[in-house]
Amino acid sequence: MAAYIGLIPGLPLLSFLIIALFGKFIHRRLIAYIAVGSVSISAVLTLIAGMAFLKSGSSEGNLTHVFYTWMTAGDFTADISLKIDALSLVFCFVITFVGALIHLYSVEFMKDDEGFGRFFAYMNLFVCSMLILVLADNLLLLYLGWEGVGLCSYLLIGFWYKDPVNNYAARKAFIVTRIGDTFMIIGLFLLFIHFNTLNIDSLTLQATQAWAPGSALPIISAILLLMGAVGKSAQLPLQTWLPDAMAGPSPVSALIHAATMVTAGVYLIARMHALFSLAPIVLTAIAIIGAATLLIAGFSALNQHDLKRILAYSTISQIGYMFLALGVGAWSAAIFHFMIHAFFKALLFLAAGSVILLLHEEHDIFRMGGLRKKLPVIFITFLIGGASLSALPLITAGFYSKDEILWLSWSSPTGSLWLWMAGIAGALITSLYTFRMIFITFFGETKTEPAHRPGLLMTIPLVILASLSLVAGFIEMPENLGPVRLFSHLLDTVFPPGHTGESKGQEWIFQLLSAVISIGGIYMAYRFFYRKSGIPGFLKAHPLENFFHGGWGFDWIYDRIFVRPLVWLADADKNDIIDRIYVFIAGITGFFGTLLSRTQNGKLRWYSIVLTAGIVVLLAIMLTL
Amino acid sequence: MEIQLLLAGILFLTGLAGFLVRRNIIFMLMSIEIMLNSAGLAFIIAGSHWMQTDGQVMFIFILTVSAAEVSVGLALILQMYHHYRTLDADAINKLRDSKDNENI
Amino acid sequence: MNTIFIIAGTVAIISSLMSITNRNAIHALLFLILSLLSISIIFYISGAPFIAALEVIVYAGAIMVLFIFVVMMLNIGQQEEFEHKWLKPGMWIVPGILATVLLVIFIYVLKEYHFEEKVTVVIGPKAVATSLFSSYLIAVELAAILLLAGIIGAYHLGRQRKKVIHRFLVRAPGKKQPSGSHEIKAN
Repeated sequence: MAAYIGLIPGLPLLSFLIIALFGKFIHRRLIAYIAVGSVSISAVLTLIAGMAFLKSGSSEGNLTHVFYTWMTAGDFTADISLKIDALSLVFCFVITFVGALIHLYSVEFMKDDEGFGRFFAYMNLFVCSMLILVLADNLLLLYLGWEGVGLCSYLLIGFWYKDPVNNYAARKAFIVTRIGDTFMIIGLFLLFIHFNTLNIDSLTLQATQAWAPGSALPIISAILLLMGAVGKSAQLPLQTWLPDAMAGPSPVSALIHAATMVTAGVYLIARMHALFSLAPIVLTAIAIIGAATLLIAGFSALNQHDLKRILAYSTISQIGYMFLALGVGAWSAAIFHFMIHAFFKALLFLAAGSVILLLHEEHDIFRMGGLRKKLPVIFITFLIGGASLSALPLITAGFYSKDEILWLSWSSPTGSLWLWMAGIAGALITSLYTFRMIFITFFGETKTEPAHRPGLLMTIPLVILASLSLVAGFIEMPENLGPVRLFSHLLDTVFPPGHTGESKGQEWIFQLLSAVISIGGIYMAYRFFYRKSGIPGFLKAHPLENFFHGGWGFDWIYDRIFVRPLVWLADADKNDIIDRIYVFIAGITGFFGTLLSRTQNGKLRWYSIVLTAGIVVLLAIMLTL
Repeated sequence: MEIQLLLAGILFLTGLAGFLVRRNIIFMLMSIEIMLNSAGLAFIIAGSHWMQTDGQVMFIFILTVSAAEVSVGLALILQMYHHYRTLDADAINKLRDSKDNENI
Repeated sequence: MNTIFIIAGTVAIISSLMSITNRNAIHALLFLILSLLSISIIFYISGAPFIAALEVIVYAGAIMVLFIFVVMMLNIGQQEEFEHKWLKPGMWIVPGILATVLLVIFIYVLKEYHFEEKVTVVIGPKAVATSLFSSYLIAVELAAILLLAGIIGAYHLGRQRKKVIHRFLVRAPGKKQPSGSHEIKAN
C-alpha cells in the first residue's frame, strides 16, 4: 500500500527515460503527453496520499516504504526509502502541482524550439530528483536528490547551449552551489561519524539525546548544513548565481528558480529542525542571513532593467523571508510562505516569460510598455501575482503568509525588533520594485508590439496560479481575523508547536503597519514610475545605482578574489615545464616533418638527381665493404 | 674487353647526365634512349666475349621494350602538351607533398 | 679491329655529347641517330651482324623517326627560347659530379677483372633465331604481349576528342538550336 508513493517520483523518472531514449523517434505531441501526463499523475497521486494522510489523523499517517538497500558498508546501511509526512506532503503537492502547470505551459512555450524533447526530458528528471529530495528518508538519498536538482539546473540553464553566455551562467550556478554542497557533504560526514546512521528520524533522535544544546558539535554540523542550504537557496554569500541563471527558458526559471529548487535549502533546514534547535546561535545566524539577504536583494531589484532579473532578485529576497522565519523558530510560517511564494512567483515568471516571448525576446522593461490593453489576461494575472508578492492586505494570499512571518519575527522568543524592522523595510521595497516593474511594463506607451495573444496552454496555468495566489492564503489566517489554523495544524505533526497562539492583542498593530507599508509602497511606485514625479535624489545618484544594479558588488569581489587567481593558476599550469617539454617534442617532430616534406616537390628531375645520388652512395658502400 | 665495357659505361653516363640536366621532356626521353642503347651495347660485348647468343637475344628484348616505351611515352607527351601547353618537366608536379594538405 | 673500334667509339661518344647539349631538338635527334649508327658499327665488329642490322632498322629507323614525327608535330622549334633559359652552364655541375663519381666507380670495378683476349666469332642470325625460339620462347611471347600492350596504350593515350559545335550555335547564343547540330569526334 505504501509502495505507491514510489510512483510519485517514479513516474517522472520513467517518462524521462522514455523521452531521453526514444525522443528522436516519437512525435512531439506524444512527448508532450508523456511529460505533462507523468507529472500530472504524480500530482493526483500526491493528492490521494494527502487525503489518506489527513483522514488517518496525525502521526499514524506517516508512511515509510523501503524500496531497495542502496549500500551496506560495515555498520552503515543506506536504503532507498521514501517517507511521507506532513512536511514532505506539502512540498510534494507544490512540486507536482505547480510542476504540472509549468509543464503544460511549456508545451506551448517551447513549441518552436528544436530541443523540445530534450527540454521535457530534463524537466522530468528535475521533478523526479526534487521529489526524491523531499521524500527521502535518509540524508544520503536526500543528497542524491540534491545533486540531481543541481545537475538538472545546470542542464536547463544552459539549455540554449549554442550561446556561450548561457554556458557561463550554467557553470556559474553549478560551481557556486557546489561550494555549498561541499560544506553539506562534510556535515553529512560529521553526522555519520558520530551517529553511524544517516536516517533522519534516528539521527534526530540520537542527536537530541547525545548532544547538549549549544555545544560545539551541533553548532559545527548545523553550520555545515546551513552552508549547503545557503548555496542552493541563493542566500548571502552565495547568492550570485541566481540572477545569471535567468539565461534559461522562463519555465525553467519558474520551476527551478522560483518554486522548487531554491527552496530545497528551506526544506533541509525545516527537516533537520531538531538539529538546528540544538544550536540556537546558528538559528540566529540564519535569521540574520535571511534579513540581510532580503534587504540586499530588494535594493538590487529596484535598479534592474531586465524583467527576469527583477524577479530573480525578488526570489532571493523572498527566500530571505523564509530563512528569517526559520531563524526565529516559525517553522510552519516559513513553509506556508514557501507554498504561497511558489504560487505567485511561478505565476510571475510564467507571465514574464509570455511577455518576453511575445515581444520577440525583448527583456528590457524600458522597451516594453502599454501592454495593459494588448495582453489583458497576462496583465491581470501579473497584477494578481504582483499584488500577492507585495502582500496587498486581506485579499491576496501573500499578505497572510508574509504578515505571519513579520509578526513572528517580533513576537517569537528568538525574534527581535531589528529583524522586524528589516522585514518591514523589505516589504516596502518589495512593493516598490514590484509595482515599478508593473507600471513600467504594462502602462504607458507601447514601445514594442506583441506578436499575438497567448494561446490556451499558456493562459490556463496563469489563471489557475493567479486564483491560487488569491485564495490559498485563507487556510491560515491569524488570530484576530478568525483563526484558521489548517496549515499549521497539518504541520504540527512534524514541528514542535509554534508560537502562533500568543497574540496578546498586539498583532493587529503589526498587521496594520504591514498593510500601510504595502499600500504605501504601491502608491510610491505609482507616483515615481507612472507619474514620473518626485523621485528622491538618492535614487538617482549614479554611483549608488550601479552598485545596486550589480548586486551590491558581490560578483565584482568574487571575481577579484577567487576567479582571477584561479584562472591565472590554471593558465600557469597549462604552460609549465612539463607541458613545455611535450610541446617542444611535438614542435621538433613537426619541424622535421615539414623539412622532409620539402623533398617531395613532385619534380621529376629532382627525384632523378636524388635517385642517382643514392645509387652512387650505395655503390660506394657496397664496394668498400 | 674492358675498353669496350668502358665505352658502354661512358655512353650510359652521358645519357644519365643528359637526363639529369635537361628540362624538356623530349630531351629526357632521348637521354633514356641513349642509356638503353648503351646497356644493349654492354650486352652484345659480353655475348661476343663468351661466344654465346644470349647477349644478342637480350639486346632484341631491350629493343622491344624500348620501342614500346617510346611509343607510349610519346603518346603521353602529346597528352601533356595538349593539357599544359608546355613541355617543361617541372610543370607536372601535382603529386607533391603539400604543406597544409591543400591538394588532397 | 681495334682501330675501327676506337674510331667508332669516339664518334659515338662525341655525338652523344653533342646530342644532349644541343638546344635544337631536331639537331639533337640527328646527332643521336649518328651515335646509333656508330654503335651499330661496333656491333658489327663484335661479331653480331644481325644485331647491327636490327639496330639500324628498328632503333635508328623506327624509334628515332617516331621521335622526329612527334617533335615536328609539336613544333618544338618555337620552344627554343625556353631552352636558352633552361640550359645554363651552371646546371651541369651536379650531374657532372655525379657522373664523374660513377665513372670513377666504374673504372675501379673494371680494374678488378682481367679478361684475356679472345678471337671474335661471328654469331649469325641463324644461331640467334635458334636460341630465341627454343630456349627463350616464353620471353618472345611476352615481348609480343608487351608490344600489343604498347600499341593499344599508345593508341588510347594519344587519342584526342575535340568537341566541334555547329557554327550557328557559337555565333548567336540567344537563337534557338537548329536541328542538325552534332559532335564530331576527332580521333
